[in-house]
Amino acid sequence: MSEIEKRAPSPKQSRRPMPEQDPKRRARNFEEVALGYSEEDALAEAARCLSCRKPTCQAGCPVEVPIPEFVALVKEGKFAEASQKIKENNALPAVCGRVCPQEKQCENGCVLGKRFEPLAIGRLERFVADYEREQAGRQLTPRVSRLASNKKVAVVGSGPGGLTCASDLARLGYAVTLFEALHEPGGVLVYGIPEFRLPKDIVKSEVEYIKGLGVEIRTDAVIGHLFGVKELMSDHGYDAVFIASGAGFPMFMNIPGENLNGVYSANEFLTRANLMKAYLFPEYDTPIARGKNVAVVGGGNVAIDSARVAMRLGAEHVYLVYRRSLEELPARAEEVHHAGDEGIEFKLLNNPIEILGDDSGRVSGLSCITMELGEPDASGRRRPFEVVGSEFVLDVDTVIMAIGTRANPLIGNATPGLNLTDRGYIAAAEATGQTSLPGVFAGGDIVTGSATVIAAMGAGKRAAKSIDAYLQQPRP
Amino acid sequence: MFSILKKEQLADGIYQYTVEAPDIARAAQAGQFVILRLDERGERIPLTIADFDAAAGTVDIVFQVVGKTTEELAACYDAGGALLDLAGPLGRPSHIPVGKNVIVIGGGVGIAPVYPIARAMRDAGNHVIGIIGCRTKDLMIMEDKLASVCDKFITTTDDGTWGRCALVTEPLKETLEKRQDIDLVVAIGPGPMMKFCADTTRPFGVKTVVSLNCIMVDGTGMCGACRIEVAGETKFACADGPEFDGHAVNFDQLAMRLRGYVEQERLALDHYHGGEACQCQK
Repeated sequence: MSEIEKRAPSPKQSRRPMPEQDPKRRARNFEEVALGYSEEDALAEAARCLSCRKPTCQAGCPVEVPIPEFVALVKEGKFAEASQKIKENNALPAVCGRVCPQEKQCENGCVLGKRFEPLAIGRLERFVADYEREQAGRQLTPRVSRLASNKKVAVVGSGPGGLTCASDLARLGYAVTLFEALHEPGGVLVYGIPEFRLPKDIVKSEVEYIKGLGVEIRTDAVIGHLFGVKELMSDHGYDAVFIASGAGFPMFMNIPGENLNGVYSANEFLTRANLMKAYLFPEYDTPIARGKNVAVVGGGNVAIDSARVAMRLGAEHVYLVYRRSLEELPARAEEVHHAGDEGIEFKLLNNPIEILGDDSGRVSGLSCITMELGEPDASGRRRPFEVVGSEFVLDVDTVIMAIGTRANPLIGNATPGLNLTDRGYIAAAEATGQTSLPGVFAGGDIVTGSATVIAAMGAGKRAAKSIDAYLQQPRP
Repeated sequence: MFSILKKEQLADGIYQYTVEAPDIARAAQAGQFVILRLDERGERIPLTIADFDAAAGTVDIVFQVVGKTTEELAACYDAGGALLDLAGPLGRPSHIPVGKNVIVIGGGVGIAPVYPIARAMRDAGNHVIGIIGCRTKDLMIMEDKLASVCDKFITTTDDGTWGRCALVTEPLKETLEKRQDIDLVVAIGPGPMMKFCADTTRPFGVKTVVSLNCIMVDGTGMCGACRIEVAGETKFACADGPEFDGHAVNFDQLAMRLRGYVEQERLALDHYHGGEACQCQK
């Protein structure tokens, strides 16, 4: 590299790589895999931005992060200001910078990407958020309230959708209470996404920031049991409710042996490991099976997370059993790559048919069958079918089912008049989150079925706008 | 934090705590449970609600010392102290019929959750026959309280040191033989006791409800740790239960799943007894 290139990186240069923990080492610890940009990395990467007159990156962001503006601030070395710029639209930049699928969103729209590598927008977002938190000290983004509102909003669920909606409404001047069923706010950010992808201290800090905006958080509050949705409005003085209660019941395959000891849903496995910190057992009280040979069934991000946790708990072999091929694997390419580097073994085009157990009721193997791909099905992916006579047994002692979730019926059952879809999710308008009940809005996984953190945040943001509009209507 | 207002030892290794939890007390119904966590490193354990008083804003929990968390709770948490987390009421409430003849059966520490159910049954105008039993006199709990909400009341011990020397299934069988008008049996206790109660009522064709004490984590249906086969289908005890048709529950699977963490449970206790784990000031 010449001196000139060092000083003024050109767009043609490949993007600054993300420093990472060595795969062999990180596969046995729970520390963060990606170490984050240095100031030098951030300046060099930001310098690649073309500062397009008509930028096309921001349109790809579900929460409309002002990308051109914040990258311009990074170029000037104004890192804390860049973070605050993002927070005008996104209360969780340290989270989004880590877990958003940028390659399908903002970076997919980056003009640079047409001829070269797109700008590493996610890495820059993460850098400025971390910089502000660690170096500059936090500053609350100013309220944008038109007037002091005495209206109250209840937000059900403190995952990414609920946190986003709550922070937007608090900044507009509403009194917001977040109700969380678990003992810790954050939803999937604390129970689902592992420490090595999203350190819990960072989630805690983002939640503290939102509390700083005036949002009250009530943990251990299971809405549908402790209070009803209508009761929140009739008895507790809330003028509107946003339901973002998240992922539902874990699905199983309905094959023999699924209730053996050593079979987990991904939700349970990850909740024990992440929320309950079972990887620190017995320093922490919650136990978890430390399998020697582990099979994870499924191919999404949750499956990959489960496999990587199992590896870190000390497994010798972790198999990812997926019935289609690598091409159809729904997990992010980056995570698949990380998992491969850490030694996860991909058993592609294989489907479980039975979980085998020993006399004491523990898992002793996973019986699978080989699959082949046929014609595309309704989802556009080639339909897998079984190869006759290709059964084999995978020698495992732990099986984790990561094949998705179905709707949790609790709030729907407890709320007469709240319309549900035929799959049991809450029926809500996509653009507004409006449900069949006046003043009641919903968004995130409880409306769409399992999706991404950023999709839930987008729903939270749209709901905040329509709740504001609803509460500003003159009423008789 | 949830303040402990009162702590009472009911029997050998069995304790009752009255906890200040006004919202739970107001929402609670018979048959529901709570999940408790002691401290930042604590596990989430489900406990039955033994009583609730909306006016006083209190919930009573009753538990038996069986592992690390319950041992620490009994040893280190007194009136004036507080529990870090108490989530509830969870699970579906008991179905309370009206004007029927009902037998409620409690075994061991399972006597506790039977009390609010018997009370609700009685309040709804049912004729309530109570049968409670335990191994020996020193383990008997809540006898007077339960008797006060039953029209007929029978106490048993396995060794005959108190009440009738019998298993609860014996007076159950005799009552069913004597009376053809029993509409419902509710049995709560250790797995084998519920299994034998269900086996006893099966030939009589009397509907029998049991309440399952599965291992849980979140208690709202999210994790599926508490799954159990009922009538050939997998159910979640926290969300679909905890009460199920006793004639359809796979009790062998229940027993097997309750043993899922025996090794770790022993390890946790050993670690706790190792000395440094107990942070209490006593």
